[in-house]
Amino acid sequence: MSKDFEIVIGLEVHAELKTQTKIFCSCSTAFGAEPNTQTCPVCAGFPGMLPVLNEKVVELAIKTGLALHSEIPEVCKFDRKNYFYPDSPKAYQISQFDLPVCVGGFVDIDVNGQKKRVGITRAHMEEDAGKLVHQGDITTTPFSLVDLNRCGVPLLEIVSEPDMRSAQEARAYMEKLRSMLLFAGVSDCKMQEGSLRCDANVSIRPIGQKEFGTRTEIKNLNSFRALERAIEYEANRQKEALEDGEEIIQETRTWDEEKQLTRSMRSKEEAHDYRYFPEPDLPPLKISSEWVEKIRGQMPEMPDQAQIRLVEEYGLPEYDAGLLTLTPENLIFFDQCLKEYPDAKTVSNWMMGELGRLLNQNNLEIGECNIKPIDLVQMLKAIEDGSISGKMAKAVFEEMFASGKSPALIIKEKGLVQISDEGTLVPVIEDIVKANPRVVEDYKNGKDKALGFFIGQIMKSTRGQANPALVNKLLKECLDKQ
Amino acid sequence: MALTIKEVEHVALLARLSLSEDEKKRFGEQLSSILNYADNLNSLPTDDVEPLTHILTVNNVFRTDDIKPSMDRDEMLANAPQAENSQYKVPKIM
Amino acid sequence: MELYELTLHELQERLARREVTSEEIVKSIFTRINRVEDKVKSFITLIEESALQRARVIDNGGIYPGIAGIPLGLKDIFCTRGVKTTCGSKILENFVPAYESTASGRLDQQQGVLVGKLNMDEFAMGSSTENSAFFATRNPWDLTRVPGGSSGGSAAAVAADEVPFALGTDTGGSIRQPASYCGVVGMKPTYGRVSRWGVIAFASSLDQVGVFSKDVRDNALVMNIIAGHDPLDSTSAAIEVPDYTSNLDGDVRGLRIAFPKEYFGPGIDAAITKSIKKALQKYEELGAIVEEVSLPHSQYALPAYYLVAPAEASANLARFDGVRYGYRDFEAENVVSMFSRTRAQGFGDEVKRRIMLGTYALSSGYYDAYYLKALKVRRLIANDFAKVFHDFDLIVSPTTPTIAFKLGEQSGDPLTIYMNDILTVPVNMAGLPGMSIPCGFEQGMPIGMQLIGKAFDEATLYKAAYAFEQNTDYHTMKPDLGVK
Repeated sequence: MSKDFEIVIGLEVHAELKTQTKIFCSCSTAFGAEPNTQTCPVCAGFPGMLPVLNEKVVELAIKTGLALHSEIPEVCKFDRKNYFYPDSPKAYQISQFDLPVCVGGFVDIDVNGQKKRVGITRAHMEEDAGKLVHQGDITTTPFSLVDLNRCGVPLLEIVSEPDMRSAQEARAYMEKLRSMLLFAGVSDCKMQEGSLRCDANVSIRPIGQKEFGTRTEIKNLNSFRALERAIEYEANRQKEALEDGEEIIQETRTWDEEKQLTRSMRSKEEAHDYRYFPEPDLPPLKISSEWVEKIRGQMPEMPDQAQIRLVEEYGLPEYDAGLLTLTPENLIFFDQCLKEYPDAKTVSNWMMGELGRLLNQNNLEIGECNIKPIDLVQMLKAIEDGSISGKMAKAVFEEMFASGKSPALIIKEKGLVQISDEGTLVPVIEDIVKANPRVVEDYKNGKDKALGFFIGQIMKSTRGQANPALVNKLLKECLDKQ
Repeated sequence: MALTIKEVEHVALLARLSLSEDEKKRFGEQLSSILNYADNLNSLPTDDVEPLTHILTVNNVFRTDDIKPSMDRDEMLANAPQAENSQYKVPKIM
Repeated sequence: MELYELTLHELQERLARREVTSEEIVKSIFTRINRVEDKVKSFITLIEESALQRARVIDNGGIYPGIAGIPLGLKDIFCTRGVKTTCGSKILENFVPAYESTASGRLDQQQGVLVGKLNMDEFAMGSSTENSAFFATRNPWDLTRVPGGSSGGSAAAVAADEVPFALGTDTGGSIRQPASYCGVVGMKPTYGRVSRWGVIAFASSLDQVGVFSKDVRDNALVMNIIAGHDPLDSTSAAIEVPDYTSNLDGDVRGLRIAFPKEYFGPGIDAAITKSIKKALQKYEELGAIVEEVSLPHSQYALPAYYLVAPAEASANLARFDGVRYGYRDFEAENVVSMFSRTRAQGFGDEVKRRIMLGTYALSSGYYDAYYLKALKVRRLIANDFAKVFHDFDLIVSPTTPTIAFKLGEQSGDPLTIYMNDILTVPVNMAGLPGMSIPCGFEQGMPIGMQLIGKAFDEATLYKAAYAFEQNTDYHTMKPDLGVK
């Protein structure tokens, strides 16, 4: 963004709450089932049907509010949000309008060392809609098919204050929010499965102006990367429009991942008048402070607390602590390694470095891969006691990742044990030295390259397994004898 | 309180009811007459009155998070006007 | 006496004494139906074969607890598994639910024998059953007059001896008003007393399931079965169901009865006022204490009702969009057009009117002035009743301002027909139990007396109704349908 304008971003995040059953009926919420095999007359909006609230949904909503430092008002209720769409069977969504379950709160983010607190406006419970399947694009398909499996899955809609000022801040917020939800254990947060969704409200305004500019809502952001790119594209689009003397229209736009741009979704239809009114089929909720405190007492450690712990207890840099607390699985893995191998920085380096790279490449979560904490620890100990060199370790690690075999087994199988036995090395060294008298001369004449030559030859001869420090020592001893 | 044709059209659109010109006029008149009657309520002061949204003074009616078998897919689709691949089929959205 | 002329409890006695079989009863019912249905037209669907089969199975079992083996009818608003359920509308003309409503399910579990689904105003919107998409039902007392609505088919069927009892629903008077017009007993219990699960919703905070019967004892018997908490309905009350037949002793000494002056104004037929006043005298003779009271906000109940009910209905009927069930316009080129055309073709005028009225009342800019205002007025109406019930056990009034009107007579201005509910609507707004029992005649047409009780005090209503009934003989009178 130029020096004249600043971007203002607010994010609306929908997180699927991790319950076994839907919010208003007892159908399963399991992902990936055959179409319409997880529905009943209630979630499919058949005549005469009535909702019954899943207590676990409320519990998880309260838990989320506590994680987000929100206030949990004593009274909240449900409302009907009325609109027609084929994936919305009752033609109204049961949501919360003016009395949501969570009010206020914040998420602390860190962007390249700059800390910032992003406010939360509110969070409320609502039911998900079904899925529409088109033949190709929504604009050209001759018909659509409706799968109602997802209809009625419980969602928590978390609305942020328009506090973010860059695409990077927005991304940092999403990453932090995601990790908070994962740590709280309220959602799977799998963007690719749709259990975490994000819409961005973007506007720009001249720096110094107090009033917000007209904002647009961007949908179809299926990854953090898409979020960043879409915000940057949209802010730029708005800037160019304003500079051309055009007005920004308040509308919904969709992110086109293929073409890397936002497109207007405006149809000839009117702006939605949702005609909210209190849901008569559901009595209001009274959330006692006892219930809230009980849930608070069961809260696990949150990422912020864990980060502080890692920095204070282990002296890790904040950057490391941040990555290690991105997901609860990361932290559990780290904590378990530390039990057997107390060098926090080394563990952290391996997790963020090699392990991180392999996980990314293979599109796996840390909990899904072949490497367990005990394996990493074993390997680090092997490096420490000289069984393998640091360079060897990388190859061993890759093999561990691919095959699931223990480091000990791999080292043995591949004969990768570092040769640290003088009795083995000395003859090898002596042979090579004796075979290259001219290089010995060079060495004696002070040519450094000569040493390197010998080391190279020795390493080649031992297939890289010779302990470098020991080779250095023995080589010098041998050369000094010549 | 007379509804204009435009207002009738707006309400009909919100309610997804397609009306003929004659119906717009007729319903407009009838709705206006009913709303006039409803305007009787205006003379009643209600500033300090709590709206009555729920008759029973209960709160927190819950069920537990236990899965029950969903309804058989064929039964669910039995009344569908049009279905394909075990899904409800509708004409194009746009 | 023919079997079809008997009350439920009389049939129970015959079955218990093995004097008849269920099959004989059901056959008698269908003989009657075949003779009078052309005139009365109560039923949308009849399931004779299935009913006879059911009766035979029950006969084979050889025992008849409760209502086992006894035929019944259901307003076509109750979803019945495997049996077409139309709600009086073209939009559900061929809808066959795969599930059973809780209320009708309880009757079925007790081995009641369903004989058919009864006609009604489309989506329960109406006071004459003339809004049925299929045909109009006639009042058995005078076939040129309406039976009332929206549960007109249920009332007429019981009055015409086509079934000993039937279930209906009441949102603004749809049980009590037709019961009054047809000279039968109609009870709408307290909101939450009977589960609404599987009952096609009109106005969620007002709808209640209730019973039509030939006398008070029958009504209490059936209420015992259908009342009670349902975990599938979050608005159903977790309050114990007493035995409503246990108070039927005729003793009303000391019962404090109020009659609201606002319910006896100039808008009520003189003959009806006279009849209710006479009934109140009878109560005094029986030892009750009768006094006039005021329900000062009465005049606001109807306008408030015609904002709240349509608003809720506009949302409840939005699901009829042609996607998953019901009628669909296949010529529509896109989804929005499909919604609008399907609904325009599938719904009748009254339904469209109320949907639009409700949509308007909820729409941006009007919510506060209309819907919210109406909910506040609702609170005032409920408070009026609460005040009276501090000092009284029962409220008595006429059920309707007139006797049944002629078919077609009120089809012009919608407001006129709404006025028929003026005495019944306040009871739904307050969520209280209300009952109508026959208490006289005018021009050969039945007059109904409305009894209103405290929340969940159906027992007192039954007691008081029984006392009046047993001291008069209106409940023994039957319309002459010119057939034998």
